[in-house]
Amino acid sequence: MRCAEPDCTCRELTQVLTDYLEGAMAPRDRAQLESHLEECEGCANYLSQMRETVHAVRGLRAREAVPTVPADLLAAFRAWKQDEPLPGPES
Amino acid sequence: MLRPGDLSTDEQIVAALKRGDEAAFVELVKRHQSLMLRVARRYVRSATVAEEVVQETWLGVLNGLDRFECRASLKTWIFRILSNRALTRAEREGRAVPFSSLDGEDGEPAVDADHFRGDADRWPGHWWSSPASWEDLPEERLLARETLSVVGDAIVELPERQHVVIVMRDVEGWAPAEVCAALAISDGNQRVLLHRARSKVRRRLEAYLDPQPAPA
Repeated sequence: MRCAEPDCTCRELTQVLTDYLEGAMAPRDRAQLESHLEECEGCANYLSQMRETVHAVRGLRAREAVPTVPADLLAAFRAWKQDEPLPGPES
Repeated sequence: MLRPGDLSTDEQIVAALKRGDEAAFVELVKRHQSLMLRVARRYVRSATVAEEVVQETWLGVLNGLDRFECRASLKTWIFRILSNRALTRAEREGRAVPFSSLDGEDGEPAVDADHFRGDADRWPGHWWSSPASWEDLPEERLLARETLSVVGDAIVELPERQHVVIVMRDVEGWAPAEVCAALAISDGNQRVLLHRARSKVRRRLEAYLDPQPAPA
């Protein structure tokens, strides 16, 4: 679904909005979508919702707990450091 | 003694690891362990197997360090090893689906069709009622603990490929090319997965923030 038609619908716009936000649209499609956004409050609001959604998802990063390093992984590192052979993947 | 900044580039990390610098290894594991477990968990059946896959990956990284050339980024190289190991394990479990395939991904629209006017309408495909603007939504509401819980729950419930892509892109802040390299997917597929994931999270957020959108 593209937003290159002069009568690009709101439904079509919601399907291509990530391409727009990612800068992956052809210039003509992009210009068409932007002119739709200028005239359509609903789609402009939808765009604000998508932007804020991405902002909220980014907000999850601060909540991530710093993982602890498993003791057996540290032991494996020390063995590797001593040039001891490490177990390979299971065959 | 490790100083901050010593590990700001891949070259510095690799050199530190080759010196046997344990603090550098711990730092690297802490940076990537959570996401590695998430990615592995999306391929294999249990959290225990995912932990084993991640452990195997780290051993593969250490054993392969001499083969790593800094042409690719270290983290995408690590995640390529992880994906390969996880896929091997998933194949053994009989549940392998290549990450590059979009088969089985739902193609549901970003917004339910009943939000738009029908074909018989004067304005087919246009909004019945305008979504609310979130532009003036206070930051403290958007990033409140409860809102982020809604977002976190929505992400956990996503189909596996959408889940991994949105976590890499939006939670961890990876560049599109890094995600494509780490998961061996095309840029187009990466965007499709990201779009579906973000769209679903937006719907969940809308249901939470604007439970009853005002009629037009």
